[in-house]
Amino acid sequence: MPRWGMRLARQLGALAVTVILGGILTAEMVRHSPGFDADERLTDARLNAESRAAIQAEREVNSAIVPFYIRHIAGMLRGDWGVSQSLRTPVRELIRMRMPVTAEIMLAGVAGGWLLAFVLALSTVHYPPWGRAAGILSIALLSVPVAALAVLIFAARGPVPGIMALILFPRLFDHLRNLLAEAYAQPHVVTARAMGVGPVPVLIRHVLPICRAQLLALAGVSVSMAFGAAIPVETLCDLPGIGQLAWKAAMARDLPVIVTLTLLITVLTQAANAVSDWADTRREGQA
Amino acid sequence: MKRLFLMLALAGTLAAQTGSVLRFCLRADPKTFDPQLVEDDNSEAVRYLTGGVLLRVNRVSQQLAPELATSWKVDRQGRRITFHLRRGVTFSDGTPFSAADVAFTMTRLMDPKTHSATADPFRSSNEPPQVSVISPDTVSITFAAAVSGLDRLFDQVAILSAHSARKLSAVLGPFQVTDYKPGVELVLGRNPNYWKVDAKGRRLPYADQLVLQIQQNRDLELARFRRGEVDLINALDPEVFEALAHDAPASVTDAGASLESEMMWFNQAPGAPIPAYKKSWFQSQAFRRAVSEAMNRADIARIAFRGHAQPAEGPISPANRFWFNTALKPHPFDVVSASRRLQSDGFQKRGNRLYDRQGHPVEFSIMTNAGNRTRERIAAMIQQDLTAVGIQVNVVTLDFPSLIERMTQTFQYEACLLGLTNLDLDPSTQMNVWVSSAANHQWNPNQKTPATPWEAEIDRLMQRQAAEVRPEDRKRLFDHVQQIVWEQEPFIYIVNKNSLMAFSPQLLNTAPAAVAPQSYWNVEYLQRRTQMAGGR
Amino acid sequence: MTLRRAFAITVLTLVVLASVGAGFVPGFSYAEQHREFISSGPSAHFPLGTDDLGRDRLARLLSATRVSLLLAAAAGVAALILAVVAGGTAGYWGGWWDVLVTRAIDLLLSLPWLFLLLAARALLPLNVAPLTALVVTYALLAALGWAAPARVVRAGVRSFRESEFVLRARAEGATEFRILLRHVVPNLRPILLAQFWTSIPVFVLTEANLGFLGLSAGEPFPTWGSLLRELQNPLLVRPEAFATVGAIALSVLCFKLISPKGGLPV
Repeated sequence: MPRWGMRLARQLGALAVTVILGGILTAEMVRHSPGFDADERLTDARLNAESRAAIQAEREVNSAIVPFYIRHIAGMLRGDWGVSQSLRTPVRELIRMRMPVTAEIMLAGVAGGWLLAFVLALSTVHYPPWGRAAGILSIALLSVPVAALAVLIFAARGPVPGIMALILFPRLFDHLRNLLAEAYAQPHVVTARAMGVGPVPVLIRHVLPICRAQLLALAGVSVSMAFGAAIPVETLCDLPGIGQLAWKAAMARDLPVIVTLTLLITVLTQAANAVSDWADTRREGQA
Repeated sequence: MKRLFLMLALAGTLAAQTGSVLRFCLRADPKTFDPQLVEDDNSEAVRYLTGGVLLRVNRVSQQLAPELATSWKVDRQGRRITFHLRRGVTFSDGTPFSAADVAFTMTRLMDPKTHSATADPFRSSNEPPQVSVISPDTVSITFAAAVSGLDRLFDQVAILSAHSARKLSAVLGPFQVTDYKPGVELVLGRNPNYWKVDAKGRRLPYADQLVLQIQQNRDLELARFRRGEVDLINALDPEVFEALAHDAPASVTDAGASLESEMMWFNQAPGAPIPAYKKSWFQSQAFRRAVSEAMNRADIARIAFRGHAQPAEGPISPANRFWFNTALKPHPFDVVSASRRLQSDGFQKRGNRLYDRQGHPVEFSIMTNAGNRTRERIAAMIQQDLTAVGIQVNVVTLDFPSLIERMTQTFQYEACLLGLTNLDLDPSTQMNVWVSSAANHQWNPNQKTPATPWEAEIDRLMQRQAAEVRPEDRKRLFDHVQQIVWEQEPFIYIVNKNSLMAFSPQLLNTAPAAVAPQSYWNVEYLQRRTQMAGGR
Repeated sequence: MTLRRAFAITVLTLVVLASVGAGFVPGFSYAEQHREFISSGPSAHFPLGTDDLGRDRLARLLSATRVSLLLAAAAGVAALILAVVAGGTAGYWGGWWDVLVTRAIDLLLSLPWLFLLLAARALLPLNVAPLTALVVTYALLAALGWAAPARVVRAGVRSFRESEFVLRARAEGATEFRILLRHVVPNLRPILLAQFWTSIPVFVLTEANLGFLGLSAGEPFPTWGSLLRELQNPLLVRPEAFATVGAIALSVLCFKLISPKGGLPV
C-alpha cells in the first residue's frame, strides 16, 4: 500500500477510535449527570401512580449505557439515529431540519469574524493607532454578554449572523495581530518592503507563509469556537439550529440527541483539524 | 341581481383574504398535537385554540358554560354524566359531529395505555367508564366511582372525530393547524365549519389566521411587540410590564391575582440525607411559622414583582373565587413574634446568630431553579429577612432537572423555593399534593401512614370532598384543609403573582382574565382594528 | 518603562487596592438591601446607583473585581500552562505523543463538558461557601479551557522545531527539554499573551452563562459573571449596570499594556 494510503488509513483509524471514545464518554457523562433520572412531568399533580411509573419506565430505557451505546451506533450505521426523548422526533430529522440554520450562522460567523479580525489586524500593522482602537473594541466585545449583544443587534434590526462574527472577531483579533506583527518584523519582509514590493505581494508571498501553520491551526480551532458560540447565539435568538437543539437536549438530558450530536461534532472537529494538519505537513514536506 | 350577488360574494372572498392575522408567541415548540397527551403549556395552547370541548369554563366568570353540549346533568352520586349535544355541527373537514365522536374520544382517553394529565383526573377507579350512545345527540358516561368535579374536567377534553380520514387534524375548535415550521412558527387557520356565531349571527372566529411564533427569549418577544410584530403577550415579566407601562401604558394590563403563587417548603422526609437536627427544625410547626412570620411578603411583592403580586394566604389564590377561603389572611410580617416562637421552641439567639437546643447554629440552604431572576430575588430577600432572627440562609440555584431530581428522588435538599401553577380551579386535581401517601406531597411524599395527626386529618378531608358531589359541601371541607395548611405551613406561601399581559392597540375585544389562557381565552372574538368592516 | 505601561500598572494597582480596601470600609456592604432605593440612579450615597434589590452597585462591583479578577487571571494562567505543556511537547516531539495529545484535544473540544460541570456542582455540599463554589468553577474552566490554545501552541512549536536557532542550540549540546523551554516557548509569547488576554473575559462570560445553570457563587456573593447577568436585557437596565463591562475591559486593557511585547526568535 502506498505511503499516503497507509497514512490515510491510520488517520481514519484514529478518527474512528476518537469518535467512538467520544460517544461513550458523552453517554457516561450524561447518564451520571444530575437530573438524568428526573422528569419535569413528575411534578404534575394530576398524574396518577401508573402514569408516573410509565414516565419513569420511559427514562429507564436508556439507563444501561453500554447496551444503549451499542444499539445506538448500530442504528446509526443503518441510518437510524434514534428518537429524541424530549422532542419525540427522529434525531436524523431534527438534525436535517436544523443543519441549514447552523451552517448559515457558522459560515457567516466564521467568515465575518475572520474578515473583520484579519482586516483590522492587518490595518494595525500598517496604521498602529487603528490597532489601539481595534484592540479596545475587541476587549469591549469580549466583555459584553452574548445575550446583551443579541438583544442590541435585534433591537437595531441588525443581521443575527452578525452576532456570531462579533463573538468570533475578538477571539481571533489578538492572535492575528500578534502573528502578523511578528511576521512583518522578519528581516526578509522588512527588506522586501524597503525594496518597494507592493503590500499585497508582501502579504501573500512573504508574510502569510511565515504564519501559515498557526493560521491554519487557528482556523481549525475557530470551527470549534464557532460551534461553541452557535449554542448561546441560537438559544438566545431563538434560531432553530443545531446549537439550540444541543442546548435543549442538554437541559432535557436527552441521551440519543446528545450522543448523536457529539459524534457529529467530533467528526467535524477532527476533520477541520486534520485539514489544517495536512496543510501544515505538506508545507513542511515542501520546505 | 346576479351581478350584485357575485360582487357581494367577491367582496366576501376579498374580505376573507384580507382578514386579520393575529400574532403571538409560544415559549417553545408544542411537544404534541394529540390533545389527549398534552403535558406542557405550549401543547395546551394549541389544544385550546383548535379543540372543541363539550363544556368550557369561562375564564372571566369562572362558571361552566355549554359549548358542544347544550346541556348536561351529573347524577347524585357523581358517577354519571349525560350530555345533550348541539346539532348541525361538523368537524373542520366537514365530517358530522355526533355522540359517537364523544364515545370515541372518551374510550381513547380512558384506554389504560393512555397516560396523561388529561386522562388521570377521570380515573376514580381502575375500571374504565361505560360510554353509552343514547341517540346521535345524547351520550352518557358512567364511572365506577364518583369523579370529583366531573363536569369541569371536560373543559380539557377536546373531542376527536371517530370517522374522519384526517384523524387528529379534524377539529371542532375555532382554528386548525395549517402549517408548522419546527422552531419557527405554527400557523393556525380559521376553521371554516366552526359552529359558533356572534350575537349578530356572524360566524366566528373573526380572525382568519393565528401565527404562533416560537420565541423563548422574552426580551426578543418584547422587542417584537414594540415593533408591532406581535399582537399580544400572554404572560409578562414584571420588569417588562413596567418598561411597557412607561412607554405605552395603554398596551399593558394587570388583571389582578392569577392562580400562580410562589412558595417555599422544608424537607421533612424522614429518609432525607440531611442532619437529624435540621430535620427536627423543619418538622417543628413553631420553626416553620417563625420563618413565615420573619418574611416580609409585602416587600417581596413590591420589589421582586414590582408591585404586581400580593401576599399569599394559602394554596388557593383569591383569583379562584369559589374555592378561596376568605376567612384566611396572609401571615403577618412580625419579627418579634417570630423570635418569640423560636424561643418557645428552644432556640436561642446569641449575638447575630440563632442556635438550637444542642448548640447548632441555625443555617440551611434554599434551592431554587437557576435562570429565574424573580425567584433568585425572592430567595435573596428571604435570606436577608431571616438574618433578623439570626438564621443564615444559603441560596443555591440549580438547573431544573437537577432540582427536580433532588426534590422527587434523592431528597438531597433542605428547603426549596418554587412556584405553583394551578391549571384547574378545582382542588381535586391537587389530590396528589395533599394526600400524604402521594408522590407530590412535596415536603414528605409517599408516606405509608400519615406522619402527623394534621396530615391524617387532611387525608380524611380530601377523600371526603372527593366523594361529595355538591360543590358547597366540597367547599366546606376544602376550606378546612386550607385552614390546617395555614396553621401548619408545610408550604409557606409567599405571594400570588398578578396576571400581566400586553395587547396591541390594534386588537379589539380583549378581555383579560386571571385564569389561563388569560389574554386569548376569547380568541374567537379577537380581531385587528384594520379588518374590513364588512368582512364577516 | 513607557508612559502607557506605567499608567496601566497604576490603574490596575488602584483597582486592586480599591477592591480589597472596600471590604474594610464600615457600612460599605455588597449584600445589604436598601429596599427604599430599588434600581436607583447614581447619587452621593450610591455613586453607581443600586441594583434591583437596592444593593450598592459600586460595593458589589468592587467585591466582584476582587474575586473575579484574581480567579479569572489564575484560571487563564493555569489553562495556558496546561496548553504549553500539552501542545508544546506534542508539537516538539511529535510521534505517538503528538497523536495522543492531538486526539485528546479534539475530544476535549467536542465533548459536552456542561455535564461534568453539573456533576461537579452536584458533588459539592449544598451549604458550600460561595467562594469555594466559584473556585471549583474556575478550576474546571481552566482544566477544560486549555485545548483550543494547545492546538495553536502545537502549531507554533512545530514551525519552530527545525528553525536555525533550535538547530544551533542542539549543536551546542542543549537538552531537548532546555531547547523547548528556553528557546522555543519564549518565541510563542505573542500567541500566549493573546490567549491570556482573551481568556479573562471569556472565562468571566462563561461563568456568567454557567450562572444560568446554578454553577456560580450563590446570593448575595457578587462576581463579574453574576453582575453581567443583569445585562440580559440591556434595554431594560440602567446605564450604570454596564460598569461591569467597563471594569472587565479596563482590567484586560491594563494587562495588555503591562505585558511585554513579543520579540524575535532567540
